[in-house]
Amino acid sequence: MTKVQPIAADPKLTGGDLAGRAGAKPRDSDFRTVGDVRVANPRMTCTGVDVHYGDKHAIRDVSLDVGKNQVVAMIGPSGCGKSTFLRCLNRMNDTIDGCCVTGEIKLDEQDIYDPRLDVVPLRAQVGMVFQKPNPFPKSIYDNIAYGPRIHGLVASRTELDEVVESSLAKAGLWDEVKDRLEQPGTGLSDGQQQRLCIARTIAVEPEVILMDEPCSALDPIATAKVEELIDELRKNYTIAIVTHSMQQAARVSQRTAYFHLGNLIEVGETTQIFTNPRHKLTEDYITGRFG
Amino acid sequence: MSNTENARTRTIEKVQASLAKRYAKERRFKRLGLGAVVLGLLFVSVLFVDIVTKGYTAFVQTHIELEVFFDPAVIDPGGAGNPDAILQADFRKIARMSLRELFPDVNGRGDKRALSAILSTGASYQLLEMVKDDPDLIGTRQTVALIADDDIDMLVKGHMDRQAAQEDRRLNDKVIAWVDRLEAEGRVVTKFNTGFFTNGDSREPELAGIGGAAAGSFYTLLVTLVLSFPIGMAAAVYLEELAPRNRWTDLIEVNINNLAAVPPIVFGLLGLALFINLFGLPRSAPLVGGLVLTLMTLPTIIISARAALKSVPPSIREAALGVGASRMQTVFQHVLPLAMPGMLTGTIIGMAQALGETAPLLMIGMVAFIVDIPGSPMDPSTVLPVQVYLWADSPERAFVERTSAASMILLAFLIAMNTFAVVMRRRFERRW
Repeated sequence: MTKVQPIAADPKLTGGDLAGRAGAKPRDSDFRTVGDVRVANPRMTCTGVDVHYGDKHAIRDVSLDVGKNQVVAMIGPSGCGKSTFLRCLNRMNDTIDGCCVTGEIKLDEQDIYDPRLDVVPLRAQVGMVFQKPNPFPKSIYDNIAYGPRIHGLVASRTELDEVVESSLAKAGLWDEVKDRLEQPGTGLSDGQQQRLCIARTIAVEPEVILMDEPCSALDPIATAKVEELIDELRKNYTIAIVTHSMQQAARVSQRTAYFHLGNLIEVGETTQIFTNPRHKLTEDYITGRFG
Repeated sequence: MSNTENARTRTIEKVQASLAKRYAKERRFKRLGLGAVVLGLLFVSVLFVDIVTKGYTAFVQTHIELEVFFDPAVIDPGGAGNPDAILQADFRKIARMSLRELFPDVNGRGDKRALSAILSTGASYQLLEMVKDDPDLIGTRQTVALIADDDIDMLVKGHMDRQAAQEDRRLNDKVIAWVDRLEAEGRVVTKFNTGFFTNGDSREPELAGIGGAAAGSFYTLLVTLVLSFPIGMAAAVYLEELAPRNRWTDLIEVNINNLAAVPPIVFGLLGLALFINLFGLPRSAPLVGGLVLTLMTLPTIIISARAALKSVPPSIREAALGVGASRMQTVFQHVLPLAMPGMLTGTIIGMAQALGETAPLLMIGMVAFIVDIPGSPMDPSTVLPVQVYLWADSPERAFVERTSAASMILLAFLIAMNTFAVVMRRRFERRW
């Protein structure tokens, strides 16, 4: 496998340079990113990111912007590195032994891999929702209140009550749980648990929300609710979502990034990716030839 | 078509043929497992039945009911009512006199001595305590159940062979006749043996109790718990949650596992060399016992605590880190509370192990004969299993039942602790 050139470093290569490739679709073996990795109004910018797990090279030279108040979907076959990449965005990979991230990832203008940077405020700014709903084994109220409490975001109990109510309301869960806030969060249904986790994340008022296959453990009705919620949240938050489901990516996202074997193959407007993919691998994947 | 049909029938036949064999194998294995369980239960029940049948009689004690005259001439010759003088009085004589009233025809020094030997030396203390509590008793006659000597106790409980030749018995025919007469008069009574639980050790079996050993065990376990629980928790949390995985932590892990396999007697030697000889701590003290048992139980506690921490799913850690909790907050607010039941279970099992431990305590002098009940971890004392060992070594027949009775108490404590651990594990067990 040839070393992939950092395309983003050379603006001439990004975007509409495909015409220069004789109009043909890039071949299977061509892992250079196709499409415009940059957006006009980015919240996070990633440049030349490489991730190694010990000897395994999990992410190869990925550059990608996460646009403000946009939903970016990351799709691709299992093991393509999309989750790994997502976990780089709030340094969740720090908790994994032997994981090494190089390259540059910026939140606004701040390099989040700056050794002087404290990860605690970063994770308050870049929240995360996980694949499996993971509420704390505490009451619904305490699940939401935990983040504001540890960060000292509220001065009084009434203020905390307000934060809990507004977070649950934003997650569309308030009406369902308002009468049983003292009951354990683990007693809710899977879909409710996942919305509780989303509420817990937005209680800290993050700028970016990362979602790692948030609906893979949910039934179709719960999935529809969460998707609706994601669309709603986009007004106030920037969202990056990893998903196994192409339909979901098509429904909730504005931009889509297709990952393959640790490479970012193609980025583009979601409609363009699903109707008119420019890379052969993308086309094969979305037409269901593999993955 | 018929070919495939044939092949299919042949396959089914083969499957049928092999099926019987497979099921037979499964049945054999099942029976083998069941047999192993039954065998284990059999041994345990033999042990329990043996201990209980040997030991249950120790919970009652033979007393002789006598008319006691609290003779002022003996107790308070001066009539001054001086309490100190009363405590010095010859209560043995009072006990002796009350017995002799019943047997006025016993004469001769030897016979008289044999007669008074029916009562335990503890009988005089009984009378002393009565007078101390109520000095008005002086000069009155009271019916008092006085504690009998251990030989009499054995005779009444039927542990002495009356058919044996006189020389082979601890009691001669005369004494047996006296006891029979007392029994016929209804003066031989058996009472619940409270002294067995409250007294310290004694050379007289009828006066010996597990009170001292139980107090020693309590102080020893207290020291062990106070030291090993926090140290074990801290070590486990550090190793599992905070320490980097490298050669050093691997080395530490191997060593902790090794420590768990070190023979207890070696810990005793270490305690002797370190705590007593080097640090100059008192010998036979529960403090030193506790320190040695701490060294011994630490590996158990650390290993079980690490397992408990490991069983907390990583999703909880991720959830906490994901909302911006620091590493310490994640550990102390989320992981530790969830791991706590498992950690406590491990600690209780470690404590139960420490309670039953004998060998290392022999090395630090907790095997001494100590009559006083310890009042603090610095006082010399012994512990329950060592008490069992000491009594098992004693020649008196009455110590046989006491050895078994002490074992029963020890086993009861162990069973209670282990049951508590199991119940707690069941109660707090989480399915993720």
